[in-house]
Amino acid sequence: MEHFTPLASTLGGVLIGISASLLLLFNGRIAGISGIFSGLLLPRPADRADAQELGWRAAFVGGLVVGGAVMFALQPQLFAVTYDRSLLTIAVAGLVVGFGVRLGSGCTSGHGVCGISRFSRRSIVATVTFIATGALTVLAVRLLGGVS
Amino acid sequence: MKKPLAAFVAGLIFAVGLAIAGMTQPSKVVGFLDFFGQWDPSLAFVMVGAIGVHFVLFRLILKRGTPVFGGRFEVPTRKDLTPALLGGSALFGIGWGLGGFCPGPGIASLASFGAEAAVFVGTMALGMLAYRLFEAQRR
Repeated sequence: MEHFTPLASTLGGVLIGISASLLLLFNGRIAGISGIFSGLLLPRPADRADAQELGWRAAFVGGLVVGGAVMFALQPQLFAVTYDRSLLTIAVAGLVVGFGVRLGSGCTSGHGVCGISRFSRRSIVATVTFIATGALTVLAVRLLGGVS
Repeated sequence: MKKPLAAFVAGLIFAVGLAIAGMTQPSKVVGFLDFFGQWDPSLAFVMVGAIGVHFVLFRLILKRGTPVFGGRFEVPTRKDLTPALLGGSALFGIGWGLGGFCPGPGIASLASFGAEAAVFVGTMALGMLAYRLFEAQRR
């Protein structure tokens, strides 16, 4: 339990909650990152020529990258990758995550934070499901002696 | 220009929150999902903090009727539990446990110039493209 960080994690969570609330208050949108990113990268036909729709999505993703850059400059250890997963494993993970979050209509932010805050039945079921399969995957990786 | 500015500030705060919370360290995410081993419950506190704040503010904000910068509140209203919701979430969890990244932390970690985050975000984009093709086929 040497890496247990309840205070920092709660503070970070509070900031995430504030961010989601700001996006809703000012723009009326849900801070679901997979949906925002996908809508920017692969806009629906109706949104393709909609500069406003693409604009706020690009700005949000830009804010994420710049916020990450600021934190990396101040506290690079917060971005440490200290596990032994190979880039091939990470590539498979990325493919599965990208497909899964679109099929399931959301990820940790849209379902796990925004949806649960609304007591959405779909988001509660989604969150329980992805935490469960995530835990089983981590267990399977350990039982199989790691992935390389 | 108001809406992009609000979105930029929201994205910035989101990334700062993710980093402080520990979500940009994939090994910490794996530790949270390791219920049967050396479980690190920290990330449960991220959810408590985020949901605690948003649960309260969400209700206050919706009382306004419309967003500050115009338009309307676009909040999902679906209630149906579908195979797509379950299957997609199950797949997402597998990828999350395998790589330790979910979409937000992956994007927020791009500026760390680590190969892991770049590979994750690139392949995640490909996975989203694959879903788009799958979706078109299904219709």
